[in-house]
Amino acid sequence: MSGLFFIFISAVFINNFVLVKFLGLCPFMGVSSKYQSALGMGLATTFVLTLSSILSYFIHTYLLVPLGLEYLKTLSFILVIAVTVQVTEMILHKTSPLLYQVLGIFLPLITTNCAVLGVALLNIQEQNNLIESAVFGFGASIGFTLVLVLFSAVRERIEMADIPESFKGTPIALVTAGIMSIAFMGFGGMVR
Amino acid sequence: MNPFVSLIIISFVSLVFGLIVMWVSKKFKVEGNPIVEQINAILPQTQCGQCTYPGCKPYAQAIASGEAQINQCPPGGEEGVKKLAELLDVEVIELNPDNGEAKEIDMVVEIIEKDCIGCTKCIQVCPVDAIVGAAKHMHTIIIDACTGCDLCIPACPVDCIITIEAPLPKFVQRIDKPALYSTIEQAQQW
Repeated sequence: MSGLFFIFISAVFINNFVLVKFLGLCPFMGVSSKYQSALGMGLATTFVLTLSSILSYFIHTYLLVPLGLEYLKTLSFILVIAVTVQVTEMILHKTSPLLYQVLGIFLPLITTNCAVLGVALLNIQEQNNLIESAVFGFGASIGFTLVLVLFSAVRERIEMADIPESFKGTPIALVTAGIMSIAFMGFGGMVR
Repeated sequence: MNPFVSLIIISFVSLVFGLIVMWVSKKFKVEGNPIVEQINAILPQTQCGQCTYPGCKPYAQAIASGEAQINQCPPGGEEGVKKLAELLDVEVIELNPDNGEAKEIDMVVEIIEKDCIGCTKCIQVCPVDAIVGAAKHMHTIIIDACTGCDLCIPACPVDCIITIEAPLPKFVQRIDKPALYSTIEQAQQW
């Protein structure tokens, strides 16, 4: 049990996907300019990431390993993620139009979020079992959401600030992200 | 394992995934409501809210679901009611006076610019973004974009917005040149 807890904490803070592992930077920069959209993206990613890390565990353990096709794992995980995103989008569209409107464009964007693929691949590398994979995926996406929301709050403040002309827009966002990343490095050593 | 065999296996897996997506897309197919779109196309897109709904699309949805009568749109006028009646195959009815009167002559608004204090209140209420201006600077109205919904008049704290006769009949304008363009190409033509 404590093992699972450590996996979760480690995925959220110490090995945060965005700020420590530098995965999923595209949505991190792309949709963090507004708090609302950041939260929407975070929620959509949380759902898909958790689901796809479970599914890719099944694919790996029950299909690729018995057939000795581990070298095809990247390819098959991309397939799994794409299918998960598509199916989630369609089911959501039918069952909850409101949530579908809130998540909107962010849902299909998750397909190309490398953090999702990264989690699936890391699960295999760390030889996590099913529960550990799910917890790791959930933790990673919670960490992603946390950072995205924090960063969007910072960026909303930056919008109002007096910034030198040459730093306006993406440059100052990247500088901020770097400083946040340093701050997150401070969590290193808290748990292995 | 023979690479050829693995190729077949991975193709098979992809096929299975494809079938799953196909099945789900059939199972969870969302039927759009084309009648709402058709009603919405007839409505004048002033987004004025005189029908008691927040905008033209919500009013179209209300008509489609039978919640609302077709006579609640003063900007559309008798002409609009007739078209709606034709589309929905119902009786033509008089405009409901509770929702405001259709104007014989099309009106737009104008800002008396020397009186404007630049409070931006009218900009915030304008449903079609026809008012330009910034805080503490004079505002003005883009006559071509104004739909004559008059929502800005009560919003003005110094009463410097007046109605004037539209340079072109608005109904004609709206059909040829809707306030909200549906495509960029459409907007660029003008």
